[in-house]
Amino acid sequence: MTIGLSHYLAVAAILFTIGVLGIFVNRKNVIVILMSIELILLGVNINLVAFSVFLHEVIGQVFALFVLTVAAAEAAVGLAILVTFFRWRGDIAVDDASMMKG
Amino acid sequence: MVLQAIAFYVLAGVTIVAALAVISSRNPVHSVLFLITAFFSAAGLLVMLGAEFLAMILIVVYVGSVAVLFLFVVMMLDVDFAALREGFSRYLPLGLFIAGVLTVEMVVVSVDVATNGAAANSTGPASHVGAFTNAEAIGRVLYTDYLYFFQTAGMVLLVAMIGAIVLTLKHRVGVRRQNIADQTARTPGTGMRIVTIKSGEGIDA
Repeated sequence: MTIGLSHYLAVAAILFTIGVLGIFVNRKNVIVILMSIELILLGVNINLVAFSVFLHEVIGQVFALFVLTVAAAEAAVGLAILVTFFRWRGDIAVDDASMMKG
Repeated sequence: MVLQAIAFYVLAGVTIVAALAVISSRNPVHSVLFLITAFFSAAGLLVMLGAEFLAMILIVVYVGSVAVLFLFVVMMLDVDFAALREGFSRYLPLGLFIAGVLTVEMVVVSVDVATNGAAANSTGPASHVGAFTNAEAIGRVLYTDYLYFFQTAGMVLLVAMIGAIVLTLKHRVGVRRQNIADQTARTPGTGMRIVTIKSGEGIDA
């Protein structure tokens, strides 16, 4: 039972899919949508690191580091927008958010 | 080898179950805690791969800051989360269908890439080439070839920080603030006034 590249890729694919499913089923709850995006990026990171390690090339891990940076920035800005939205509306149901329509 | 397989399946199983709990739990606080669990066991997977530096960064950045940030926001907002779950069962069949299709596609492609792709002839995982440790190997690439990208990543974080502050900063009316420019611009002429008071009468400011 050797754990190979395909095992790690399968885990990453399943995590990615769970993230997509989370966005589908929690259409209203923007907090869970943001967490689903984090799950998607985690799957991507596992994919990058797995390839990097099995190809004996460290650049993949550098790229995963950049993905991590962008994910952290995205979470911060997303939650800030969420707080502003909540102040404005008193609610975080985003499925009928259409304030920007003009 | 068997021990490695057991460790992999335990870590992968915990990651996936925790990820499922993130998207399906009723209480968002529980979701955040399951998110922490998922990131923790994913860090374990990265350690198994030999990417120790990224595993530790994952714990520090995600468990230490992002998840706690989520926890703050969830606890700060006064929202009826039960009402937000409305539509969960309505979208579940379509979501499961699309998720199933996506999983099958991606796993098929992954297995094909792993067996026939560039990594097919790999001699197994190697986190560090030569005498370097994992962190040293990353540093040698990150601070030389990818220096500009590294600086750009720092700039992204700076802009995100400023953006988050600007978005959430609120100027309340009626709150007196110190205005240093006004204070230093005061002269005896503007700060002081000489009043001659007639005796027997008061003064009204």
